[in-house]
Amino acid sequence: MDWRDDGIVLSLRKHGESGAIAALLTRDHGRHAGLVRGARSAKLRGVLQPGNLVRADWRARLAEHLGHFTIEALEARVAPLLTSPGRLAALTSACALLDIALPERAPVPEIYDLTDALTERLADDDWAEAYVKWEAALLAALGFGLDLNACAATGVTDDLIFVSPKSGRAVSREAGAPYKERLLRLPGFLLPRPQTAPPTPEDVVRGLRLTGYFLNEQVARPGGQTLPDARSRLASMMDRDATR
Amino acid sequence: MNEIDQVIQLLSRLPGLGPRSARRAALHLINRREGLMRPLAAALTQAADAIAICEICGNLDTVDPCSICTDPRRDGATVCVVEQVADLWALERAGSFKGRYHVLGGVLSAIDGVGPEDLNIASLIQRCEGGGVSEVILATNLTVDGQTTAHYITDRLSAASVTITRLAHGVPVGGELDYLDDGTLSAALQARQALPS
Repeated sequence: MDWRDDGIVLSLRKHGESGAIAALLTRDHGRHAGLVRGARSAKLRGVLQPGNLVRADWRARLAEHLGHFTIEALEARVAPLLTSPGRLAALTSACALLDIALPERAPVPEIYDLTDALTERLADDDWAEAYVKWEAALLAALGFGLDLNACAATGVTDDLIFVSPKSGRAVSREAGAPYKERLLRLPGFLLPRPQTAPPTPEDVVRGLRLTGYFLNEQVARPGGQTLPDARSRLASMMDRDATR
Repeated sequence: MNEIDQVIQLLSRLPGLGPRSARRAALHLINRREGLMRPLAAALTQAADAIAICEICGNLDTVDPCSICTDPRRDGATVCVVEQVADLWALERAGSFKGRYHVLGGVLSAIDGVGPEDLNIASLIQRCEGGGVSEVILATNLTVDGQTTAHYITDRLSAASVTITRLAHGVPVGGELDYLDDGTLSAALQARQALPS
């Protein structure tokens, strides 16, 4: 059994003295793990960092075996992000979320493309907005998409500022007013229509709370897990930045 | 299992040694029983009894506090934060740092479940807030986990009145651009400096 595919490094676990078990998000083979010999060598250490784009050759005697990866660097996407606390936190959060959210060896080309685009966009100025949108898109790709087109109660399409934690559907200001303590805030930049102004840091925090709630309820908790520490660190970092 | 097998088995657990090389090392020791094996065994026993972890910086030494923390010639106002004792030894080998150290004992890692409470971060904060420290050099590795830890410490130290610096990243001494990986080149370009005229 063998194949070749492009992949994004998600995580690395030490194995033996110089090897490691790498988890990659590949285009055609989904989240796939494999043993990398010499993963901690000077040649491969820098390549096998979460977020980097690599070309992987996987080989095993039987399909159900762990198998071996031979890794070649394609793009060192993590290097420019290392000195930026927010961008690095977003990258590690995305990799950690994918590691708990995706089943092994199930092709998820849509999520691969989304993540590939995210790792590129994290170097841009609007990285925080891109990250929150990536989480919303991840939820949708996993089958738990938010319905933000119209108010769940009245059907109106304007002034949508809440989301129901039960249904994941948008709720208008007027319809949601009596229940506002129990509803989640919907930042304008997540609405499926063009926005005139860039999101404020408060909008980003609201967006992270919204997607974080559904990621926890729909993805992490059913699997007996909690959201990864990296995700919590990103949320508290953005929270602090917004209140400064 | 006889005594020789036991020696071979224990040696094979050392980093860099497999069963075959452990057998070779054991045979080497047995052939030099008086000159090497007994002194080595005595040195190991002595070291195992004497080694202590410094309560101030987390370094390994035979005295607590360690000889670096008690050396009056070293600058106590500058603290270099490293991941492991091996990193401290590497910096000492270079011989260009005359301050003191703080050994974290690892890095934050989502995959290995290492959180801030598993590292010597609280003692670093305490050390900085206690006064006498004016600069903290973050010498964690240039990896995702190493830099995540560095950013976390920077954040935690924001209230303390210390200057936080980090090691430069880029072209190594003797490095040729053609042989450098993309990440190192990218870091080197980001950290470029103006040449003095």
